[in-house]
Amino acid sequence: MTIRVTPREETTQGFRTLVLVGSLFAGLIAVGIVFAVRGVNPLLAVWSIFRGSFGSAYGIKETITKAVPLILIGSGLALAYRAKFWNIGAESQLLLGAVFATWVGLTWGPHLPGWLIIPLMFIAGFIGGALWGTIPAILKIRFGINEVISTLMLNYVAAEIVKYLVVGPWKGETKFGYPYTDDLPDQAILRLLPLSRISPALVVLAVVLALVLTYIIFRTRFGYEIRVIGESPEAARYAGIDFFKTLLITMVISGGIAGIAGVGELSAIHHNLSYPETISAGYGFTAIIVAWLGKLNPAFVILSGLFFAGIIVGGDAIQMTLGLPAVTVSVFNGFLLVFLIAGDYLLYHRVKLVREHA
Amino acid sequence: MDTSTTERRIEHLEMRGIEKRFGTVVANRDVHLEISAGDILGLLGENGAGKTTLMNILYGLYRQEEGSVLINGEVVDIRSPKDSRRLRIGMIHQHFMLVDQHTVLENIALGDETVPFFFPRRAVRPRVEALAEDLGLDVDLDKKIYELSAGEQQRVEIIKALYRNADLLIMDEPTSVLTPQETEQLFATLRSMSENGHTVILISHKLEEIMAICNRVIVLRKGEVTGEANTADVQKTDLARMMIGRSISSSYPKADLEPGEPILRVSDLHVLDDRGLPATRGLSFEVCENEILGIAGVSGNGQREAVQAICGLRSSESGSVTLHGEEISNEAVRTISDLGLGHVPEDRMVHGIVGNLFLFENAVLKKHHQAPYSAHMRMDYREVRDHADALVSGYQVSAPSVSVPAKNLSGGNIQKLILGREISSAPSLLIASHPTYGLDVGAAEYVRLQLIERRDSGGAVLLVSEDLEELFAVCDRIAVMFEGKVMGVVDPSLATMEEVGLLMAGVVNESERAERSSVADAGIVDEGEPSFVAAADGNALPDDSATIATSAEVAE
Amino acid sequence: MDIVVNILVRTVVAGTPLLLATLGEIVTERSGILNLGVEGMMSVGAVTGFIVTFTSGSPWLGMLVATLVGAAFSSIHAFVTITLRANQVVSGLALTMLGLGISGLWGKPYIGRPLPVKMEAAPIPLLSEIPVLGRVFFSHDPYVYLSIVLGVTMWFALRYTRAGITLRSTGENPRAVESQGANVGLIKYVSVMIGGAFAGMAGAHLSTAYSRSWIEGMTSGRGWIVIALTIFALWEPSRAFLGAYVFGGVFVLQFVLQPLGISPNILAMLPYLMTVAILLVYGLTKQGKRRMAAPQTLGEAYIRGSR
Repeated sequence: MTIRVTPREETTQGFRTLVLVGSLFAGLIAVGIVFAVRGVNPLLAVWSIFRGSFGSAYGIKETITKAVPLILIGSGLALAYRAKFWNIGAESQLLLGAVFATWVGLTWGPHLPGWLIIPLMFIAGFIGGALWGTIPAILKIRFGINEVISTLMLNYVAAEIVKYLVVGPWKGETKFGYPYTDDLPDQAILRLLPLSRISPALVVLAVVLALVLTYIIFRTRFGYEIRVIGESPEAARYAGIDFFKTLLITMVISGGIAGIAGVGELSAIHHNLSYPETISAGYGFTAIIVAWLGKLNPAFVILSGLFFAGIIVGGDAIQMTLGLPAVTVSVFNGFLLVFLIAGDYLLYHRVKLVREHA
Repeated sequence: MDTSTTERRIEHLEMRGIEKRFGTVVANRDVHLEISAGDILGLLGENGAGKTTLMNILYGLYRQEEGSVLINGEVVDIRSPKDSRRLRIGMIHQHFMLVDQHTVLENIALGDETVPFFFPRRAVRPRVEALAEDLGLDVDLDKKIYELSAGEQQRVEIIKALYRNADLLIMDEPTSVLTPQETEQLFATLRSMSENGHTVILISHKLEEIMAICNRVIVLRKGEVTGEANTADVQKTDLARMMIGRSISSSYPKADLEPGEPILRVSDLHVLDDRGLPATRGLSFEVCENEILGIAGVSGNGQREAVQAICGLRSSESGSVTLHGEEISNEAVRTISDLGLGHVPEDRMVHGIVGNLFLFENAVLKKHHQAPYSAHMRMDYREVRDHADALVSGYQVSAPSVSVPAKNLSGGNIQKLILGREISSAPSLLIASHPTYGLDVGAAEYVRLQLIERRDSGGAVLLVSEDLEELFAVCDRIAVMFEGKVMGVVDPSLATMEEVGLLMAGVVNESERAERSSVADAGIVDEGEPSFVAAADGNALPDDSATIATSAEVAE
Repeated sequence: MDIVVNILVRTVVAGTPLLLATLGEIVTERSGILNLGVEGMMSVGAVTGFIVTFTSGSPWLGMLVATLVGAAFSSIHAFVTITLRANQVVSGLALTMLGLGISGLWGKPYIGRPLPVKMEAAPIPLLSEIPVLGRVFFSHDPYVYLSIVLGVTMWFALRYTRAGITLRSTGENPRAVESQGANVGLIKYVSVMIGGAFAGMAGAHLSTAYSRSWIEGMTSGRGWIVIALTIFALWEPSRAFLGAYVFGGVFVLQFVLQPLGISPNILAMLPYLMTVAILLVYGLTKQGKRRMAAPQTLGEAYIRGSR
């Protein structure tokens, strides 16, 4: 018996869906094995996660809450990855967005009405994320520095900046020495649905931005140029596409939207700036898988964002019910991602077991 | 000398009934081939005839579906290059299998399991030196590959193969990167190898070459053997017929038009290559309306860099390029393109299309920012699709629909798509780099006719090609480039290929030079000497580097 | 003077896991495979090293198992990127998440339970008596010596052995290697797994020698520094020494300088800023760009016998 692989010319939508579902299923089996080795009944664990996320009103509300930053960041990453710009720095772009918004909120918040201060904070957050996002773009185009490295490094730099601010100059006077800034004034805080942490405005913003980005990618000249750059930089050069401008705008949008996600977390959930781990539960990294699972299409990212938000919420649930650490969710993320990219292989190849005649 | 090859020498090798398919495409069908020690066998055929595939099977890179290989009468099983090396078969690929950043010695030591594990270079050096001396090949073993010329790199490949005790050496298009002098040197090496009992299979699509060096020739067409002969017994025309199924049509019908106003004027252009070395050194020429100017030359003499500089893809150090009298050197690609420059790029799969995007999206590449395909920031994909449909039907692109990824098209159809895209906007200047390379005969013919069509309808065409027959058949004038300069410009209806070949080698006959420079001074065209005729404007053409640099001024 | 020596001593210790993992990543990247999963591989190594040492009482066994598990874990990346030719960046990220998750899951019961025995320092007789140098380099736990020996061995092997030539060629021009009859896929698999083994060992150093307890996320970003260090070292083991100790030194200085009123956060940023700055300096000049040149086919999928 040998395995024979031949290239696959065309795929149907049905087959693509089958591969996607199959990959997710295989990923869950792998996760199950890890649980089993650890002595946890895998079916129980998966059931607990599902029940925790989609099985109760509380779970659903939390899932939507966590889906918002994932959809926002994931959409922006989808744009960057279309240009094959490997932005792994969304986490820090989120943080910088929160930092800028905190400054605006604390400085001007007390003096301005809500209808003005909240948009100002979002604009500031967008600028913060965009500035942080364009640094690696400039480093790449002007100096040939790999963006994977620079975005990674900037993640750590941003985290240290936030830590420095909250234990140092911005430490809240009302916080009794804890590493928090003062709370934002009331008018700078987004209104939530009762008995939840869902901000309707944010949900609408996330969905609208995702759809706008879908339009940008598939219907605008800029989107066309991004896709050409991503698929073939040589052809893009031949076609006279301006790399610097295009990648810069890409990262302004990608970083800026991550910054907006940071403002959302700040204004709707935390109300103050604190340690980086508190501001973002690794959304910037999880969103990478979200973007990938959404096939780099922001419209699909809405769905994949909800899916992964569910896993995060479910992961919190099994912390309580099964006594597992929160980081367990990473096992899900890791395995699902591995199987998703492995599944792509089947889209381009036929794999057959054949009996070889000796 | 070596112990890795326990097999005895190859006295006789036979490939029997070889069949190889890639998916549904048959690359080789029922191919028979025999060769004996001391033979230099030519494997002749057009690009895509299945020559390289056949040899890759012999070398173990591919596996045949049917048929067998016999050495000295015994069937052998070649599953990988490891097997073929053990059987004393060596292969030199068209693209050298050398590690650019490593030294010659390291490249030869790579994969040699007979030398000690530690300090392998120490053991390799004396053996390589002896071998190089035997063959009279001179190579600096401690130089890095990227510091060597193509000819030297090829010598490294030959040494590498012989170092591995190859008896049978397969060479894939060995002369395509060489100057005529280097080619002569290579042939001399091959002859001395043959005298030593080595056997050579030479893959080529060049008739002259096969006639010059081979004693036997096998012709392939569309994967099948269409002829076999001793070179002493056949004429070139016979081989050509076997190769393409009919005689070469030597020229194409062209409208009888006088060249009009100059469209593109390049003068004293200096451009650096990727390594920062001069690629063009004072290049000057011009292309006029209703004219196809061919650029001939061995590859690597600055043609690529010159084209890139004209299109805005490479910055130039000095000199000027004007399109319609407007200075375009060091302008952006888009600016130049919008001024009316169409460009069929050299490496069509890499530059010409975006393989993963749909055919219709590729149909507007480089034009996508113009009306009607885009308005404000929005792309109008209905217009784009209509344009793609028009290209597909207007330029004989065979595709299931315009919504297939471009990479699924065959090479010929991709080239027709690119050509259609570049021509359809009726550019005043069309630059085509090696536009028929690797295409089947029908597609190549179609492309040439389209170039002529463009010329006839008032366009200026710059055709860069290594295919002299093509240049002679299509062009109104041929400029020959050597070391970044135009060595001379000839009229294809009067000149011979030999004369162009000499220019390609940078050789200008001394007595002729004297004669012609006096002609040039007098500004008279000597009818009795047809080899180097006047340019379109009646001025005699310069013949050596010193005067070339000023040819633009002469033209003015 | 004593303070300086003290800092140097701790620098070498702090630099050791960085050095080990960087050496591994150099081998991996030299074969043309980019593995961003170092953080995950180190975590898995740290947790297995800890658990094995905890249950068996032998830190040496812990080191061995951590190394093997690191190699096995990295084979996921090898399979996905070499056999399935998937995107190396994404696969490496997946490996990091997976490693952090698995280590957190498996290590949970051991949190807050220090090792009864850890890998103790073993000063080398005579050599450790040398003033300054003796304390800085020869009075450590065996991991330190091992990392130095492995680094020197690797430097030698890359330069002066057949295997070294083959490995370097694989990342530069796999087709040339294949045409010489070598199995490119196998070479890449082995290289990725060597990278995993070294990262696993580095992780075990953290949990069984550098400290003696398991803390979730105890690699705390060292895996990412290793990615940076590999570039910093320009894929040369000799320069990996320099880079690892410089970065280790910054770790140490964070704590030393804090009492002097220098913010630890600013210092903690330094290694990352330095990496970007160094890349910038290389990127500024043509000469530097050439030196910065990664193995030619790094990050590309290799398709055997492709046309």
